[in-house]
Amino acid sequence: MTGAPATMLPYGEEHELVRATAKRFFESECAPHQESWETTGMAPPEIWRRAGELGLLCPRIEEEHGGLGGDFLYSVVLTEEQVRAGVTAPVMSLHSDVVAPYLAHYGTEAQKAEILPKMISGEAVGAIGMTEPGAGSDLRGMRMTARRDGDAYILDGQKTFISNGASAGVIITAAKTDEGISLFIVETDDLPGFSHGEPLKKLGQRSADVAELFFDDVRVPADRLLGGVEGQGFRQMVERLVEERLLTGMVAVGMMERAIDHAVAYTQGRMAFGKRIIDFQNSRFKLAEAETNARVARIFLERCILKFIDGRLDESEAAMLKWWTTDLQGKIVDDCLQLFGGYGYMLEYPISNMWLDSRVARIYGGANEVMKEIIGRTL
Amino acid sequence: MVSRDMWSKAGVLGMLCTKVDPAYGGGGGDLFHCLIVLEEQTRAGFGELAFYLHSDIIAPYIEMYGTDEQRERYLPKLATGEIVTAIAMTEPGAGSDLQNISTNVRRDGNGYILNGRKTFISNAQLADLIIVAAKTDPAGGAKGMSLFLLETKDAEGFALGRNLRKVGCKAQDTSELFFDDVRLPADALLGGVEGRGFYQLMERLPEERLIMAMSAVANMEAALDETIAHAKDREMFGQRLIDFQNTRFTLAECKTMTTVARAYLEHSIDLFIDGHFDARDGAMAKWWTTEKCCDVIDECLQLFGGYGYIRETPIARRYADARLGRIAGGTNEIMKDLIGRAL
Repeated sequence: MTGAPATMLPYGEEHELVRATAKRFFESECAPHQESWETTGMAPPEIWRRAGELGLLCPRIEEEHGGLGGDFLYSVVLTEEQVRAGVTAPVMSLHSDVVAPYLAHYGTEAQKAEILPKMISGEAVGAIGMTEPGAGSDLRGMRMTARRDGDAYILDGQKTFISNGASAGVIITAAKTDEGISLFIVETDDLPGFSHGEPLKKLGQRSADVAELFFDDVRVPADRLLGGVEGQGFRQMVERLVEERLLTGMVAVGMMERAIDHAVAYTQGRMAFGKRIIDFQNSRFKLAEAETNARVARIFLERCILKFIDGRLDESEAAMLKWWTTDLQGKIVDDCLQLFGGYGYMLEYPISNMWLDSRVARIYGGANEVMKEIIGRTL
Repeated sequence: MVSRDMWSKAGVLGMLCTKVDPAYGGGGGDLFHCLIVLEEQTRAGFGELAFYLHSDIIAPYIEMYGTDEQRERYLPKLATGEIVTAIAMTEPGAGSDLQNISTNVRRDGNGYILNGRKTFISNAQLADLIIVAAKTDPAGGAKGMSLFLLETKDAEGFALGRNLRKVGCKAQDTSELFFDDVRLPADALLGGVEGRGFYQLMERLPEERLIMAMSAVANMEAALDETIAHAKDREMFGQRLIDFQNTRFTLAECKTMTTVARAYLEHSIDLFIDGHFDARDGAMAKWWTTEKCCDVIDECLQLFGGYGYIRETPIARRYADARLGRIAGGTNEIMKDLIGRAL
């Protein structure tokens, strides 16, 4: 018997090159600054441009628009390395894998040509404005409106919990039009009537900005309607959810693995009652449980990734992956923190930040309760 | 327990020893054949019957470690069901701690004399052939253990205890065995070389634990299917049980667990077939699936209300049967110890 291969994903040389660059970037240019970015509540614009310079933004966008034309595994590699390095901000996967695909999938040629290069270079940070104070997972409760006025739309309303909201130069904004929900490409620079709040103070992920957005008679040219046809927004958002939930699962599994690595290293080094913490049976059992669960989660994740690449990952299975891995992430990180004793409660130990950062995973991307509704409906 | 007939019928239908080489009367299949038989058996509500023990755990000992003569003598009859088999490892004082067994053999002329006692032995009531783990060198540790093929018919000094009463798995017999100066011919030593028993047992464990995982996954899937059907059918307070949000959430959680478990199982089988499934994988697959199986079935039973507590409802039997999974094949605590030590 030889050990199992570490992954079943078909990585090639090109992925390993991106991995090496990403690892260096996250470890040496992002990780050391997380604490100072926590005090400002966001990563600075320069780091986005640096990521762009290194080719780490939107790697899946076609070469004709300035991207690398990479496959989904580019996103997997980038997400893995970011989580592994313990880097919360900048939230690149939102920019590259959530926002940019809206343009790539639904944008007109002119929209793609104009916006994507700025996102690839990091000149414009991307965000998506869906949630409102009165409408979270239930998108139909949306209040924000866009009314046609000559060759423009007038946007009125408010958004909240918008990731990258304070950094964003481009915000895909959902609003009600005559024909239902539509998405608009809003460029925020010098935009009269638009403002964002200060980064909201959060339980975790404190270096990643999340903000409120205010639209007060904001005039955007009519050609900023994503795809050029009204009423497509709801379908577009729902269609993208499978991939977004897959990405959430990826982060969750990465976080479990990182927490276990830290806990194993700590319990091997720390002595209590004359032996190493890991030599106590309870520690070994807790770690064995975490290790097994993380292994099962990785297998399930990779099978979901392979299905997704084949176009076979359905809404229900993506929902399963999302709720189960994020739930498990919470449990594993919590169990690992416990093994650190008092040190686990001190913010200088990464495990404490993992614990704080993990809580939101059960809430965002559709609360886990919403995931269970989705699965429950298919039974 | 089931009648002898059941074994012959299974043999006639080609359901026994599906993996054994066709040269010895087997089906020449792979682990997926074993899985299919187990799944169908479990769906029909007879998952506890240890056909898999005979076909996929015991037959491989003879096929892999036996001499040519032992293979020819036994395997074709195992495949037809003419011979029913059991394997005797556990003793009153030695379970997962196998090196600690006290059953022993001593050489006597051309053969051996077997003495000792075994317990929790499945299939023993009908067994014609029992593989017995015994010490050939009591001071030899792992190297002092050997496996013997005991033909039970007319074996003087061999006594079968009563069929033990268990929490579940009621159609599957489980017994104590007593050996009092039982004489064994020299060719009863599996493979013909002393001192290999412990290694043979260890080598087989990953596959045996994978088979337990198959059984657990099949059981939880069948339980969930039955429960979804019940929840759609049962009416209360003017709506169907499944229309209550708690029911849907519970079932969504169970559905997720069975989906993940099935993905994990299939991946594990693939690894096994490719020769990559090691002792640690076996330990993980065994504890994780058997524990999730119990969790899922407990949640399912709850949705049956009072009916779930009545043995004629299949879920009640599944619940009781599943409990064994966390104990058999090495307790789940032993699995965690094994995984934890390798960290």
